[in-house]
Amino acid sequence: MAEHYSSFDRRGWRWFAQRVTAAFLIVVLAFHFMLLHFVNHAYEITLAGTTARMSQVGYFVTMVLFLVTATFHGVNGVYNALVNQGIDGSQKKAVATVLVAASALLVIQGIRVALAMTGMNVNF
Amino acid sequence: MSQSYERGLVEDFGRWREFSAGMWAWVFHKFTGWVLIGYLFTHIAVLSTATSGASVYNQTLGGLEELLLVRILEVGLLAVAVFHILNGIRLLFVDLGVGLDSQDKSFYASLVITGLIAIASVPTFLTGAF
Repeated sequence: MAEHYSSFDRRGWRWFAQRVTAAFLIVVLAFHFMLLHFVNHAYEITLAGTTARMSQVGYFVTMVLFLVTATFHGVNGVYNALVNQGIDGSQKKAVATVLVAASALLVIQGIRVALAMTGMNVNF
Repeated sequence: MSQSYERGLVEDFGRWREFSAGMWAWVFHKFTGWVLIGYLFTHIAVLSTATSGASVYNQTLGGLEELLLVRILEVGLLAVAVFHILNGIRLLFVDLGVGLDSQDKSFYASLVITGLIAIASVPTFLTGAF
């Protein structure tokens, strides 16, 4: 019988959040690829078409949630991979600080881009 | 019934000759995960041209799509994403303790389906590339 095998500490909230975001991302990543490569081809993408999609509230909210959950899922995965690699103590704190800062910048810039895609002026 | 055990340093890739199907699934999931998070940062950087207006955005995306290398990399990205999704579904079932006895078979199925989808997507990704 196969032993159970997971890199994550099951006592932590990050283990649970990784699974919840995974379930969401499975659906939305597949949808995103399907819509922007098979329904609309990437080589046909223009800002006008992007704005038409992003101006729909449901699509906009889905894409922002996609950004936030993908950032968390990816960065949390990187952090766990590095912890598995053996980082500890001050190394662990430094990695966590850099990853949280990188995530915050990515989400802020991503939301700024999403707003620009609705036609809003984001250059202040 | 699942059980956990002390396995030492997990990312000891020097042991790759001893890896079982489950370990390869774990390695591929890590690799595809690193590619996807790296791509996410790149993706937002490219899409940031939307803040500079339609002409910059359209020229940037159009210019990238004219490169054959980008089209080929897109097929690779699809393969990476499909494997990560399929193996992710497999992992969610493993976490729930469902199908543990056939977790090696579900890994091989993930690889085969990823390969088939990637091959089937080639005409779509290469349309207009030549």
